Amino acid sequence: MSAAFVRAETLPPQPAPFATGGLGGWFARRLLATPGDVAMTIVGFAAFVLIVVPLLRFLVLDAVWSGESRDDCIKASGACWPFVAAKFNQFVYGFYPYDELWRPNLVFALGLLLLVPLMIPAAPFKRLNAILFFGVYPIVGFVLLTGGNLDFQRFFIGRFVRISDYVDVGNWRGFRGSFWLDFAATAVVLTAAIAIVARMFRTRFVTSLKAMLVVFGALALLLAPADADFGLRWVESREWGGLLVTLVVAITGIVASLPIGIALALGRRSNMRLVRWVSIAFIEFWRGVPLITVLFFATYMLPLFLPGGASIERLVRALIGVALFAGAYMAEVVRGGLQAIPKHQYESAAALGLGYWRTMGLVVLPQALTSVIPGIVNNFIGLFKDTTLVQIVAILDLLGQIRAAFADPNWAAPTTLYTGFAFAGGIYFIFCFAMSRYALFLERRAGAGALRIEGAMR
Amino acid sequence: MSGFAKAPDAAAVEMSGVNKWFGAFHVLRDIDLQVARKERIVICGPSGSGKSTLIRCINRLEDHQSGRIVVDGVELTSDLRSIDAVRADVGMVFQQFNLFPHLTVMENCTLAQIWVRGRPKAEAEAVAMRLLERVRIPEQADKYPAQLSGGQQQRVAIARALCMNPKIMLFDEPTSALDPEMIKEVLDTIRSLAEDGMTMLIVTHEMGFARQVADRIIFMDEGQIVEANRPEEFFNNPRHERTKQFLSQILP
Repeated sequence: MSAAFVRAETLPPQPAPFATGGLGGWFARRLLATPGDVAMTIVGFAAFVLIVVPLLRFLVLDAVWSGESRDDCIKASGACWPFVAAKFNQFVYGFYPYDELWRPNLVFALGLLLLVPLMIPAAPFKRLNAILFFGVYPIVGFVLLTGGNLDFQRFFIGRFVRISDYVDVGNWRGFRGSFWLDFAATAVVLTAAIAIVARMFRTRFVTSLKAMLVVFGALALLLAPADADFGLRWVESREWGGLLVTLVVAITGIVASLPIGIALALGRRSNMRLVRWVSIAFIEFWRGVPLITVLFFATYMLPLFLPGGASIERLVRALIGVALFAGAYMAEVVRGGLQAIPKHQYESAAALGLGYWRTMGLVVLPQALTSVIPGIVNNFIGLFKDTTLVQIVAILDLLGQIRAAFADPNWAAPTTLYTGFAFAGGIYFIFCFAMSRYALFLERRAGAGALRIEGAMR
Repeated sequence: MSGFAKAPDAAAVEMSGVNKWFGAFHVLRDIDLQVARKERIVICGPSGSGKSTLIRCINRLEDHQSGRIVVDGVELTSDLRSIDAVRADVGMVFQQFNLFPHLTVMENCTLAQIWVRGRPKAEAEAVAMRLLERVRIPEQADKYPAQLSGGQQQRVAIARALCMNPKIMLFDEPTSALDPEMIKEVLDTIRSLAEDGMTMLIVTHEMGFARQVADRIIFMDEGQIVEANRPEEFFNNPRHERTKQFLSQILP
């Protein structure tokens, strides 16, 4: 006998032992294993029966499926679906003029057409798609929904001098000559001024010229379509309503909140004291006031502070309020992600000569944002449902429109109210659940990423 | 690249009277160090002696509070442009590899080439591929860092730094986080670089490697350079008491 041991061959791997199977076995093991389990199973089953059965009866079994007016629903104990069918257009478009409904429909269709490929990772032309969705689509949507042709009068110089007194450049397709002359003159003057000032700080002339050209070019691209006359009838936002308004407010808030939040989060972590303080003050202010207050303020008090005659459109005011509010919340989520990025990532980016913005944009933010997808989407979902607060300033979103429809005596039946709310709940649920599922998909996709990050931090 | 005038025969790195404090703690005390072009310097010393801080000052991952540091003719000041000019020309390899986990090996290598050097993507990829071949892992180009072993990750980190065509390479304990089996592959890579005449400053505890590669070995303790000498002199005939003590602990 010898004490040494040398393995002659590697042991083959063996399959794991089978768990005891069968449906009965599953029940016994999972539901009825202990007295506690038995009790919980009974409670759970009872809750299921108490909730699902009445819901099913109300929504489906006892519901009225067709009819013309309240007379068909008055005796029913279930949902009054003809009410929803009759008011459906109102729920979706509000009081948008019937002849012009193709416009919101086109906006919905375009949005879907651009959003779906954007959300599918494998779809090609991502960059073009993103530019179209985030850059072009909002402008097209704005023109289609409002009708555009804003007829701008004065840009900047025109506020001090009446340009039309000196030169008459006429109008063309909704473009007012004096405005665009004003715009061009302001652009030239401001560009020259800034280039000269920047020269003193050793920035090259061409660099500042390019930068200003980009700024004014972007501004012109933004203003021109809104000013042009496409022959569309002007539809005031007062006539909009329903799901259309809900989506406009929610999507604007969602799309705007992320860049605002990123900017604020970076500002809050900046080494520059002024930037940091301003960011903190901004974030804490917006987080400290309720959204209702913000909307009230934007709608009723802001006009009092603006110089005489200047007014911003009612819905636009609400949109700005919602975007800033959501941005402040987003900032804290993003900051959480930024804090999770280890210091050595900043260092290795710095050692390669990547400056602040490239380090943030190429190294830090891609990792930080991926790690806070659940928080970001949580904010989006919360925002989507919070948009319904715009009712408080007399903007009728989906829920507001449904509640307005309750007042119709033609449909005054005992279950109308519940039907309307069930419908609203269903719509909100579809949107929020879709967002949640998509986020889960993104997380799974980035799941390999989480593993990657852990691996690199070993 | 930069608009800074460079003396043609300036030393690669020139440190004179450099002092640095972390709060009240005096980490670097009156450091004077000249590194000639193509010189290979190994810095060793007990932990906390300021070795890492010293080389991190050279690309200003740490700033110094007094004294002068001139890298390739550019003095390091708080001027951001001088820092960027230096960083683009000084490659650094870290103890913890510090690859970008969200990017593939290839993307890790091309990122700074494209965004800092302004190279077209195709050219950057060609450069990256050449250097990945040089560190003998071209087949891993499309993997993510976490799919690689520590030694492979460190070799990618070396390739990533080399992609910028650095004039000076800094290695901050490049093998300290590696399993013993992987240390050799990384050291071999660094050795082949040394043979090509790269200016290098290496912080390491691998004394055998130091003996083979270094032109000069610098021993630091308590933030000061205690002894600097050619390897054979340094190992066979250490002069300072502290050096002798250190070598007796570290050598078998």
